[in-house]
Amino acid sequence: MEAMLFYLVALVSVISAFFVTKCRNPINSALCLVTTFLCLAVFYVMLQAPFMAAIQIMVYAGAIMVLIIFVIMLLNIGSVGKSRYTHGVAGAIVLSFLSFIVAAKFIAGGTVSKAVGDISAEVVQSYGHTELIGKAMFTEFLLPFEIASILLLVAIVGAVILSKRKV
Amino acid sequence: MENLAQIAMESVNFQAIMPSLVLCCFGMVLLLVSVFLERGRTAPICWLSIIGLVVTGIISINGWNDPQAGFAGGVVLDNFATFFNLTCLIAAGLTILMSDSYLHREGYPVAEYYPLILFTTAGAMWMASGTDLMTIFLGLEVLSVSLYVLAGFFRGQLRSNEAGLKYFFLGAFSTGFMLYGVALLYGVTGTTKVAGIAEAIRLMPDASSNPMIIAGAILLSIGFLFKIGAAPFHMWTPDVYQGAPTPITAFMSAGPKAAAFAAFMRVTYISLDSLQVDMSAMFWVLAVLTMTIGNFVAIAQKDVKRMLAFSSISHAGYALVGMVAWNEVGFSGILFYMLVYTFMNIGAFAVLVLIGKQGEDNLTLDGMAGLGYKRPFLGVAMAIFLFSLMGLPPTAGFTGKFFIFAGALKAGYVWLAILGVLNSAVSLYYYLRVMVYMYFRDPVEDFSWVKMEMATIVSILIAIAGVLYLGVLPGPVMELAKLSIF
Amino acid sequence: MLENYLPVLVLIGIAVAFAVGSVVMSGLIGMKKPSAVKLAPYECGMPLVGSARERFSVKFYIIAMLFILFDIEAVFLYPWAVMFKRLGMFGFVEMGVFIAILLVGFIYVWKKGALEWE
Repeated sequence: MEAMLFYLVALVSVISAFFVTKCRNPINSALCLVTTFLCLAVFYVMLQAPFMAAIQIMVYAGAIMVLIIFVIMLLNIGSVGKSRYTHGVAGAIVLSFLSFIVAAKFIAGGTVSKAVGDISAEVVQSYGHTELIGKAMFTEFLLPFEIASILLLVAIVGAVILSKRKV
Repeated sequence: MENLAQIAMESVNFQAIMPSLVLCCFGMVLLLVSVFLERGRTAPICWLSIIGLVVTGIISINGWNDPQAGFAGGVVLDNFATFFNLTCLIAAGLTILMSDSYLHREGYPVAEYYPLILFTTAGAMWMASGTDLMTIFLGLEVLSVSLYVLAGFFRGQLRSNEAGLKYFFLGAFSTGFMLYGVALLYGVTGTTKVAGIAEAIRLMPDASSNPMIIAGAILLSIGFLFKIGAAPFHMWTPDVYQGAPTPITAFMSAGPKAAAFAAFMRVTYISLDSLQVDMSAMFWVLAVLTMTIGNFVAIAQKDVKRMLAFSSISHAGYALVGMVAWNEVGFSGILFYMLVYTFMNIGAFAVLVLIGKQGEDNLTLDGMAGLGYKRPFLGVAMAIFLFSLMGLPPTAGFTGKFFIFAGALKAGYVWLAILGVLNSAVSLYYYLRVMVYMYFRDPVEDFSWVKMEMATIVSILIAIAGVLYLGVLPGPVMELAKLSIF
Repeated sequence: MLENYLPVLVLIGIAVAFAVGSVVMSGLIGMKKPSAVKLAPYECGMPLVGSARERFSVKFYIIAMLFILFDIEAVFLYPWAVMFKRLGMFGFVEMGVFIAILLVGFIYVWKKGALEWE
């Protein structure tokens, strides 16, 4: 059942990812990207990471997509005409095929091992995913958490400086 | 129910983050002050940020020989971190000194410039003192995001826009690589602590053939190599260095580069110690490639800023030689070299800041013609910095390279040292060419627009003092660098 | 494990059914008296003049960017809220520092006039 669902969602995500690059109209591409993001959220749910799934939808499928759409409207690209981009397609196909083979070889040759470290699937089950993230963030990774606020502050300043009409 | 608050509170140690904490506080206060000042009044912010840097410097020096760890092993303020902190503070200080008149000349007197430099420096400090990949990564992000903004700071200039955009895109990519490396290493070791990863890898029987560790190590290295500007991840350097505001170029090539080296060294020497043979071999190739590409492409450059960008690539290559050596001499050599490079490179850019016209289209080789006669002080200053960049005695460039190559020789990398010296010989050509233009060409222009701004002159004088002091009497600082090894 | 998400699936199903159902039903049993106003893409608001492919002002973009930044701030609040009782006063201070730093950013944005529609 779960495997079936995985393959179904994986298929959808790969197809929509393909159409992100394939669509002529940038808005269509953006909508395909939303589909891909939603599929990723489903994967997170399957991996017992509901918090990641929620963030994936809130931040990526929500906020980031708004920004992408805004950029498209800002640039006013419209749909690209009939011209086809054939430049380097053959090279890209060969390269991706080769990397696929390498990745497949590694994955097939590897052994499935249990998660290393203190946090296993059982711990996540019993303690709760969001709780574990909260625990790590506010005890062990307290400093990176506070640095993140400085990072956001810098980003705010940067956004204002670079895009406000009069600074 | 476990007492989380108790555990977390015990791990808090403000001593371990004091310099960056002070710097951030200064940054935030200056940000708030700046919005309440009228537009164009940047001088108070400029001087307050200098005060902030000095205060932070004093705090850092007070922490010498008093290692402080804290935040559950996420950060440690040891001598190594302090040495790099001071290097970054010097870089930031020299940059800010030359900035104010420059910003007014170019027509962008925006006060946020200074807080952003302070935040960049704080990010550099987290990188230098981070002992957890998360701390290092977030430090790197704070540093990078501030630099993206600073590189594109001149919004009306196409070149600056290009610099900001290119730096941002490529930087975001390299960050992605690095994060993937962190994820792989976490997946295989179950920890993000630098020491914990070392422990886990040591316990593994076949670590050097484990694909996850290899991929993790390589991807992590790519992130750092990008920031350092080492070949083949150097593509962004020329355009970004040329397009960014000149003081920012100076800063970028010194402070953040030193911080990237600091984090890179800590991660490779501690976490990936078991992979020494493979990592050393990789660094060997990268060092030779970086030196050679930097030096040979610099020959073809007509724009002085762009030439210095390629020269900065080659200097990253020299410093990588110290990474190959993987011993104490090469190691302290990198620390020393980063300090030396800060002085000589920022000094050279400070001279460019003074002689540039608005828009800086005159910073070409032809534009330098006759500078030595028309502006003797600037000519002599530039000559000293160029001699130092070449690596000629009695300047600091010589002693810096000497220690690095000595480390390589001690580790038995004779060919690497020979290639390094040969590369220095190649670099003579393009540095000397600038000198030839300055002293042996008839002046095309009279340099009448050059205003000898006091603060910039101070910055140049400090840089000259640093270059000559470290060149003539390298002993004391080298001793400090030796004491800084973890 | 996945069974826990059955209500979500049911909710999605109801939402889709409602949306599709309303459109289909109104098409089947509704009266059709088309007029120019009714057939316009939006029945209310400003009259539609010109192409939809108009270049948007960068003003929208800065608002969107600031929205994302504060959105990400909000994301950090969830794990904190879940652990709030166990972290107690210490967690409150931690989050206080985090918010205070972003408050500096907020004051900056406000005083800078970036939220004004200039």
